[in-house]
Amino acid sequence: MADLSANGAITGSNVAVTPLSTTDGRSLKTALAAAQSRAKRRALLLVLPLLLFILISFVLPIGQMLLRSVHNDAFSANMPVLSAWFDENPGKAPDEAAYSALVSDLRQARADKTAGLIGTRVNYDLAGSRSMFTAAARKAPELEPPYRDAVLAINADWGNPALWQAMRSASTPYTANFYLAALDMTRDPQGNIVRVEESRRIYVSHFVKTFVFSGVITAICLILAYPVAHMLATLPLGKSNLLMILVLLPFWTSLLVRTTSWMVLLQEQGVVNNALVATGTVDPANRLSMMYNQTGTVIAMVHILLPFMILPLYAVMRPIKPHYVRAARSLGASSWTAFRQVYLPQTLPGIGAGALLVFILAVGYYITPALVGGASGQMISNFIAYHMQSSLNWSMAAALAAILLAAVLLLYWLYDRLVGIDNIKLG
Amino acid sequence: MSLPIYATPLEKTWHHIRRILCCLVFLFLIAPILIVIPLSFNAEPYFTFTQKMLSLDPTGFSLRWYDALLTTGMHAPEAARGSSWWRDMWEHAQWISAAKNSMIVGFFSTLLATTLGTLAALGLSRPEMPARRIIMAVLISPMIVPIIITATGLFFFYSSIRIQDWGIPYLGIILAHSILGIPFVIITVTATLVGFDHSLTRAAASMGATPWTTFRSITLPLILPGMISGALFAFVTSFDEVVVVMFIASPDEQTIPRQMWNGIRESISPAILSVATILVVFSVLLLTAVELLRRRSEKMRAADTSI
Amino acid sequence: MKKFLALSCAFSTFAFAAQADITVVSWGGAYEKSQVEAYNKPFMAQTGTKITMTSADNPAGPIKSMVESGNVTIDVADLEYTDALRLCDEGLLEPIDPASLPPAPDGTPATEDFLEGAVTECAIASMVFSNVYGFDTTKFSDQKPSTIADFFDLEKFPGKRGMRKTAKANLEMALMADGVAPGDVYATLETPEGLDRAFAMLDKIKGQTVWWEAGAQPPQLLADGEVAMTTAYNGRLFSAVVTEGKPFEVVWDGQVYEYELFGIPKGAPNKDEALEYIKFATGTQRLADQTKWISYGPARKSSLPLVGLFEDGKTEMAPNMPTAEANMKRSLRTSVDFWVDRDVEISERFNTWLTN
Repeated sequence: MADLSANGAITGSNVAVTPLSTTDGRSLKTALAAAQSRAKRRALLLVLPLLLFILISFVLPIGQMLLRSVHNDAFSANMPVLSAWFDENPGKAPDEAAYSALVSDLRQARADKTAGLIGTRVNYDLAGSRSMFTAAARKAPELEPPYRDAVLAINADWGNPALWQAMRSASTPYTANFYLAALDMTRDPQGNIVRVEESRRIYVSHFVKTFVFSGVITAICLILAYPVAHMLATLPLGKSNLLMILVLLPFWTSLLVRTTSWMVLLQEQGVVNNALVATGTVDPANRLSMMYNQTGTVIAMVHILLPFMILPLYAVMRPIKPHYVRAARSLGASSWTAFRQVYLPQTLPGIGAGALLVFILAVGYYITPALVGGASGQMISNFIAYHMQSSLNWSMAAALAAILLAAVLLLYWLYDRLVGIDNIKLG
Repeated sequence: MSLPIYATPLEKTWHHIRRILCCLVFLFLIAPILIVIPLSFNAEPYFTFTQKMLSLDPTGFSLRWYDALLTTGMHAPEAARGSSWWRDMWEHAQWISAAKNSMIVGFFSTLLATTLGTLAALGLSRPEMPARRIIMAVLISPMIVPIIITATGLFFFYSSIRIQDWGIPYLGIILAHSILGIPFVIITVTATLVGFDHSLTRAAASMGATPWTTFRSITLPLILPGMISGALFAFVTSFDEVVVVMFIASPDEQTIPRQMWNGIRESISPAILSVATILVVFSVLLLTAVELLRRRSEKMRAADTSI
Repeated sequence: MKKFLALSCAFSTFAFAAQADITVVSWGGAYEKSQVEAYNKPFMAQTGTKITMTSADNPAGPIKSMVESGNVTIDVADLEYTDALRLCDEGLLEPIDPASLPPAPDGTPATEDFLEGAVTECAIASMVFSNVYGFDTTKFSDQKPSTIADFFDLEKFPGKRGMRKTAKANLEMALMADGVAPGDVYATLETPEGLDRAFAMLDKIKGQTVWWEAGAQPPQLLADGEVAMTTAYNGRLFSAVVTEGKPFEVVWDGQVYEYELFGIPKGAPNKDEALEYIKFATGTQRLADQTKWISYGPARKSSLPLVGLFEDGKTEMAPNMPTAEANMKRSLRTSVDFWVDRDVEISERFNTWLTN
């Protein structure tokens, strides 16, 4: 900036005549460009430390994790000889060489204690096959050639083409099968993609459920938030600031505290049920069950996300002047028409901002469904956690996470286009 | 919200209904938070008001659950409450050590988030900033990426770089929590810089002030309220975070929310409610601080534009 | 800056004060308390090694993540039998030499002193626990549930049920309730029809069931009135009745029992101390002592005569053990072979069933 201070003498008349120059003789254009790019660099330099930090310790880890959805080397790394056979013999039915490779790998697996890992990997594609690997590995050291007969003698299922198909597909570490599974699909023995049988479809319906759930929560939040935000926006500033505290206090209160409170309130022997029984509204034998099901999850999540709806609505409503509605009324519009045609359109940006934010946050929710959701209130996040912590099928967790993340990022992009990220309001 | 004189009776009724509705929503927002406070003084191990509590009988109330917070995990909780009892409590009580861990993690992650976040916000608010939109989107993204995805990603990442072997206690959680706190700092600090007149810094520079002086005497006072409220947000985020802690913290790095998570799932004894009460008081204090800051900032900006 | 340094110093002293010598992951609640009292306190007194206890819904869960990511932070894990075998199968546990275990006081070698199957390649059993169901006596005044079939009978005994969110034990109970003799349960489950039959039984109560995950939850669900009866680990119900005076009753009919074992995750940071701990904890006297705190049967024959009273000094423990004669009339020992092989597949089906 300091370089430009020398250019105090710019006048309108000499612009057209000679190119301007700074006192040190450079043309003004270059000097300006240099200053501009220096300013750019300086701005970038301020952002750089954080950008690098986020890229390295946030974006990279998530990318790395998502890679697991297409990469799983539990089979290929622990069954090297058989994997090599698959490589060399594309499309060939298993021969004695294949069985011999199988036995030599299983012997190694027995020594390395990896039979369980291998079996688990194949089991993902072909349910029920895990035990074949652990059982065969236990017996592998004693097997004698011809290996084909020896292996089939342990379990005739070793001749099953579907098993060999599953092993072949697991013999390369890269696979799209986990995405197929995340969409309730699988490959039939011929390699065609088909939907899994009805009783085993689970994820698609839960993606749908997660979105429907989030939509319902967003809608309830909007219905509750709109009149409140309107009231806050039309009250005098002093009063509305006071009432605003009621909105902000939940916002600042620990999520776990709020979830605990709801559990205390909604239990069968909780405050709400007791009050209802005491007033005779509810029969003591038929207390309402509002917890460990969808009802509890929706109530608690609406409570938690409501401030995220009220704040942007309030921010949009506050500057709206009452004159427009009054003008509409004086021109003969009914109060409903005045609201619908004059007031509502002006608040649309706030509705968009609040609804998108609430929806985005709801889609990825984990804690509240995990604590009060029971079996019917589970969302996709809970399935990701389940595959991470209990079933230990990390590739599946990564595939589900990738789909969820894609949806969230799409919404985030939409939010940026429609609202602008800089317009997020935090009280 | 006052009613115009030309309102029809129908409109008048609607107006009142709407008022009642608003009151109900406020009740919905605030009641669950307040309900835990009286219940935490319950003398009985129940989560509902006992007859004695409703009739305000003093024997229906007690501090036993607060006492339980101090004694759980102590080696000799029954001992006389002398200096050795207090030392035992300070060193071994589960909730006390969880509180210590939460404080350490919260403090350092806030420090990191505020420093990096403020610098970045300064850069982002400059009109010359290139690729502003996309960079901003990346920096805010930790707020919207589902926490379970962040937690699993960090779990594998920290394992692959063996962060536990670096010998810096809490490092993983501190880094993770600062990532989660950064969006708040950026949002609050950039908000204070909206409408900032960059000719002010130019003027300072042209009068010979060094960039540091310019920052200290012009920019800093302006962004300070935003910085502090961003820092408070970051602190609260860390103080309330449980999923990442569940995935990456070692057993001796349990924080208050983690301890609460266990408590909620295993037995919501009223001891949990007494922790909740303490946290509610804590959030009231924080909210007050943030509100005071916001007003100060508004005043300053009002003064700024009136020049 | 100075202030800051002083502050961070103060903080880092906390950090080191919290450093533990060995970390044991167990199941929380009353069970964990019994281990602290019977094993940890005397162990600490004897060796000076500090023990940090942590709890998980199932301690087998974190082990694979820890070992495979090379970030093992626990030294000893308290495992169910099938999990212990499976983890061992996958090379995720350290092998334990059975010869290193202390003999019984009369000199009988450990391998003979332990009950059959209690010593495995990678894990040593400490006790026998059982999956039973219990009910709230205040909710059933005229007629009380007494058989496993009653648990699945909503007409005769209305009210919410609680069950563990796993297939294991639930399927067995469902079949026994459906009239399958304990001896035929696994043969039935092996067949697709048998599996369907078990799920059909669970279907009957699905709409009325609250699913629990942590062992401390079921007594809490009963106490809160959230359910009228629930499956639970027998020791948890016992503790709730005896120490907290809750009006619960245990139904032993159709119980499914199994061993609980100690194992060391591969690459545990304090392997030697962990082994010392396991040797100490599975000694004759320690196993007998544990029954002072919780009603699980010790895994050593030599411990049985030493079982006495509960910590309250008046409750006789022997009749409250899963292994007591009267409790074993219709009972089933978990088939490890069945679950080690079929767990992945059946759990998948169970979870699909659960959420659809």
